Amino acid sequence: MLVGSQQKLQDDIRALVERHGRTRDALLPILQDLQAAQSCVPDFAMQVVADELGLHPAEVYGVVSFYAFLDHRPRGRFVMRLCRTISCELARTAPVARQLENELGIAFGETTRDGRFTLEWAACLGLCDQGPALLVNDRVYTKVTPDRVHAIVEDCRKVFGAHAAQPSAPSAPVHPAAHPQPALAAAKG
Amino acid sequence: MSTVKETHPGTDRAPVSQNPRPLNYPPDSSKAIGGEVSVQIDGQDVKVPIGTSLLEAAKKVGVHIPTLCHHPDLKVAGVCRVCVVEVEGQRTLQAACAYPVTSPLKVHTHTRKVRQARRHIVDLMLSTHCGECYSCKRNNNCELQTLAKEYGVDFYRFGHVKTSRIPKDESSYSVVRDMDKCILCRRCVRTCIDLQEVGVLEAIGRGHETRISTYLDKALAEVVCINCGQCINRCPTGALHANDTSDEVWRAIDDPTKHVVIQTAPSPRAAIGECFGLEPGVPMTGQLNTALKLAGFDKVFDTNFTADLTILEEGTELLVRLHDALVKKQPTALPQFTSCSPGWVKFLEHFYPEYIPNLSSAKSPQQMFGAVIKTWYAQRNGIDPKDIVTVALMPCSAKKFECNRPEMGSSGFKDVDFGLTTREMAQMIQEAGIHLPTLAKSGFDDPFGDATGSGVIFGATGGVMEAALRTVIELVTGLKVEKLFEHANIVPVRGFEGVRMIELPIPQVAAEVPEIIRKHVPSFDFLKGVTLKVAVAHGTANAKRVMEDIRAGGPFSECHFIEFMGCPGGCLGGGGQPIPTSPEIRQARAKAIYAEDAGSAVRKSHENPAVLRLYTEFLTDGPCGHKSHELLHTHYTSRGKQIG
Amino acid sequence: MTVIDSRKTPLTFDSIAPGVGLAAALKLSRSDLIATVAASNLRGRGGAGFPTATKWNLAAAAKVSEGECKFVVCNADEGEPGTFKDRVLLTEYAPLVFEGMTIAARAIGATRGILYLRGEYVYLRPPLDAELARLRRAGALGRNIGALAGFDFDIEIRMGAGAYVCGEETALIESLEGQRGEPRNRPPFPVDTGFRDQPTVVNNVETLATVTAIFANGPEAFRALGSERSAGFKLFSVSGDCDAPGVYEFPLGLTLRELLEKVGGTNAKAVQVGGASGVCVPAKAFDRRLAFEDVATGGSIIVFGPHRDMLAVAKNFMEFFREESCGQCTPCREGNHKLLEGILMLERGECSTAYLRELCLLGETMQLASKCGLGQSSPNAFLSIVEHFPEEVLGRSFAAAGGER
Ligand SMILES: Cc1cc2nc3c(=O)[nH]c(=O)nc-3n(C[C@H](O)[C@H](O)[C@H](O)COP(=O)(O)O)c2cc1C
Ligand code: SF4
Ligand code: SF4
Ligand code: SF4
Ligand code: SF4
Ligand code: FES
Ligand code: FES
Repeated sequence: MLVGSQQKLQDDIRALVERHGRTRDALLPILQDLQAAQSCVPDFAMQVVADELGLHPAEVYGVVSFYAFLDHRPRGRFVMRLCRTISCELARTAPVARQLENELGIAFGETTRDGRFTLEWAACLGLCDQGPALLVNDRVYTKVTPDRVHAIVEDCRKVFGAHAAQPSAPSAPVHPAAHPQPALAAAKG
Repeated sequence: MSTVKETHPGTDRAPVSQNPRPLNYPPDSSKAIGGEVSVQIDGQDVKVPIGTSLLEAAKKVGVHIPTLCHHPDLKVAGVCRVCVVEVEGQRTLQAACAYPVTSPLKVHTHTRKVRQARRHIVDLMLSTHCGECYSCKRNNNCELQTLAKEYGVDFYRFGHVKTSRIPKDESSYSVVRDMDKCILCRRCVRTCIDLQEVGVLEAIGRGHETRISTYLDKALAEVVCINCGQCINRCPTGALHANDTSDEVWRAIDDPTKHVVIQTAPSPRAAIGECFGLEPGVPMTGQLNTALKLAGFDKVFDTNFTADLTILEEGTELLVRLHDALVKKQPTALPQFTSCSPGWVKFLEHFYPEYIPNLSSAKSPQQMFGAVIKTWYAQRNGIDPKDIVTVALMPCSAKKFECNRPEMGSSGFKDVDFGLTTREMAQMIQEAGIHLPTLAKSGFDDPFGDATGSGVIFGATGGVMEAALRTVIELVTGLKVEKLFEHANIVPVRGFEGVRMIELPIPQVAAEVPEIIRKHVPSFDFLKGVTLKVAVAHGTANAKRVMEDIRAGGPFSECHFIEFMGCPGGCLGGGGQPIPTSPEIRQARAKAIYAEDAGSAVRKSHENPAVLRLYTEFLTDGPCGHKSHELLHTHYTSRGKQIG
Repeated sequence: MTVIDSRKTPLTFDSIAPGVGLAAALKLSRSDLIATVAASNLRGRGGAGFPTATKWNLAAAAKVSEGECKFVVCNADEGEPGTFKDRVLLTEYAPLVFEGMTIAARAIGATRGILYLRGEYVYLRPPLDAELARLRRAGALGRNIGALAGFDFDIEIRMGAGAYVCGEETALIESLEGQRGEPRNRPPFPVDTGFRDQPTVVNNVETLATVTAIFANGPEAFRALGSERSAGFKLFSVSGDCDAPGVYEFPLGLTLRELLEKVGGTNAKAVQVGGASGVCVPAKAFDRRLAFEDVATGGSIIVFGPHRDMLAVAKNFMEFFREESCGQCTPCREGNHKLLEGILMLERGECSTAYLRELCLLGETMQLASKCGLGQSSPNAFLSIVEHFPEEVLGRSFAAAGGER
């Protein structure tokens, strides 16, 4: 990472520590804000957070690796989480999953090369009466069918269109998203 | 010196970090609110203080409950579940190690349910455990193996992994991680985070993917591991072990062109008997000398010789610093820190690099010995230093790292070629078919034969300080230590308290400065009326506490000299010592060490004739002179804690 | 947003105007307040069914450390598969939940409240924050609430981050403290040593909303519903093979058959009651009652139609647990893995009856020896499916699974 962006990240983290406090209680809120802003908790950030809160970096890594919604590897700008728990499965998740993979050209657990989309499985999303349920960042899609998948992905793509000139603040991802790839192929990655 | 003021700023160990991990309710009987409660265990009644764990209560009536994640040095975890017992009135089984008795209970420790659960738990551990006992460092000293035996494992009920899934991490000179054998008891995590507060190892991931790892799963050599090996001492299995170099040592012994010498430190001698079935605390010094000769070492020397040398170098350095500060009024790095514990040194380099100037520049006794052997000893005996192989028997895994530091070669050769742990040496002795405990005693070889009691006590926390004080007091005041402390036992610096601070007013000073240091310090007058403040800390968690205090300008920043040991208990609790370890075992080893000191003919470093001879024959410009600086002193590396 | 209103029956909560319950509660002394909850016989709605008044009494009596305070935590981690009633409560009746927290705070003497909202419900956060702001403006949170001198209480929202086990109250507290969400040893219990080691009451969302209803309508009205040991009404989250999945309110004690009639699932061959950690009830046992004394549940009802493969159901549950176990204790971490492996063997027709029997005993070990409720209940589904549907579980074709004979 460039020194300048390290400095910025350090300043951002200091600001978060100011807001949430300098005790271990504040760790999750700080990590969650970082995750939201950076699409991940960058490696360097884990060390800075550890330093600020008087923890060991390994402890912060232990926490990040515990929670499904935190990750130190860059995730896409949009994280698509498809519920794979029982009620949704009964409502046929499998074809939706396949279509998501086809549409994005990636398998579950992967991120598109342009850094826009990450596809993940989720445990029950609390929408079991209207499955298959899909959570895209903080948006919910229910009763998803394979034929709706395209429209959902397009919904997200519009966001990039609107911000094409400038990566949207404050959540400029610090990963390859800066160099958008040409349109995604349907082939699996 | 009429008054010796002792201050105990802390108890055994207090949390240093600003955010101590919440205690998972240690059923620590000393913290009980008071009062007793009765428990019935397998039909036997016993009264225990409220808050005592069921495990402790059972011990009182002689009922054995198996444990695995429990360790007397560590916080309670309650995760392995092999200690489950049936408590009447409870729907589920309870973990005896984690269940505090607060009301009268009836407990059954071997019902069908309990036996089934224990057997299943052992079977489950074995189902993911990939290891062959024959080829394992912990064969015959493994808690998992013992459990499998005790619980009658006759086949792998839930399968068994036969091929390795996780590559070994052999990046470190000191510690090897073989996670194929890890059963996730997390003792190492609690050791590294809670006991040592280094924080290298942590549980990573969750669910069935949980593993013990480092920050970003980096190799141990790439993170801030200080090589203390405390995690090894507390691992119940062979998942953690020291990086064994005994094969290389055998090879050197087998090579007729090599002159192989070994130095033995006091702590292994006080503990190696444990590897041969003896009770902790039986010193084996004489027998070990015989054994090492039998095993094929050409010469057996006593590290205490250089411990005494260290005292002279480090003591002189201290007097110089005091002189610089008080007489020359120069900005001087005080307090001076001891540098003989390589775990502590690396800890400082990582976490408090700005205090490197405070570290004594004197090498550790191990390294001094290596340097002296490959120079003076080689010259004296007409041996080409390139044909000398120096081996060090140490209680310590960090010594393996230390002898591989690039700066440790001032003789033109690697000062110390191999550092062996007590465990590795025991193994070599067994391999040579020698039964250590029944051997006849023999002495150390010349020219380093006679060491003093001061060198011996280096093995215990407070020992370096006591040795230094014996010398400094005598030199400075011109009085016999025995006048001030009965039998020259400076008791205030002894013990297992985590941090100890002692104030010694200097009542009078000697008229003359001894010849050998006169060129550094012409007169002791400046010390008249000064109160010498010294402190002792053992275990890096306690070291951290002292360092934070110094950083904040607290009372420890006013000390003149501080002894730091990386391991709890000092070297006798080192990461290379026999397994298991516990407060009781360390206490027994300490007793052996202090007994050896008390029985020594010479008990003060500056009276060691061999050391004095070294200064007259070889290091002719005296302690901290030019030559000794070249050979016996070193420098340090600011490492920082940032992990790249 | 495409969330559909899940409510399928009118709820008691519809009839309760915001503020009424709290006002009624604040008229009472603290001990009368807990006595009222005791009189209602309310038991926790989070699944375990612990009497709410008992929990509050313990916390009220517990000591606080110097400079610290007691806490009320609302458990909105709703992670149990098949459960979504808390989402509905937080969407439609949030004021009643916050009032319940305030009443609990009054009862035990807490000054801080925390709503632990699961990360998956992130979209509920803005409206909930707005509601809290409104309550502060209205003087229902903050200092001297209800003009009671010295009754200070405020609520903050903390987000979960995708870990089912954090619904377990001690794991939740660890998570609040910035730790990995690993359950603690109990005792001590949170009422004594909870968040920041202070006395902490952890209650389910529905429990707290129900408390508000009890104070609004009186404990007698509540106790008049349900059975003796399972008083009052309860929300049920119904999903799976039925005509009208959604949230239903029924008095406790109704039979599964009655429930299936209401939701249009009478041809079911089995019902999973209590989510992944609950039990699978076969059709022949549909006369069993949904009550703490019979089939206890936090309200998750998953209906399986006649065509469902029960081994596939068990597999889905075990996959869930293998991943969602916190991984600290041996029986749960390794046991769930072994049970899942066993299911895969059964699927392939490779599991001997003897090994299946061993796996069932392992299930018993997990129930007995696991450290927390997750591992203690994760084998339930497996065990009940093996017990009730042996003909589906055994005798699978080895060849059909691609094996060679
Ligand atoms: C694995 C596990 C998950 C749990 N998840 C939840 C949950 O999501 N919501 C909840 O209210 N209680 C949950 N509980 C129960 C809580 O531990 C606790 O008993 C409950 O919040 C107490 O509230 P109540 O007394 O109001 O029911 C869970 C328990 C376990 C063992
Ligand atoms: S760790 Fe123990 S059980 Fe495993 S191979 Fe080594 S000695 Fe055997
Ligand atoms: S050797 Fe010491 S510092 Fe290194 S991992 Fe083990 S306990 Fe931690
Ligand atoms: S490495 Fe050893 S001490 Fe650490 S968790 Fe594994 S088995 Fe336990
Ligand atoms: S039972 Fe499972 S979730 Fe609970 S503590 Fe053990 S491993 Fe963690
Ligand atoms: S099962 Fe998919 S949302 Fe609950
Ligand atoms: S020894 Fe008690 S749970 Fe491990």
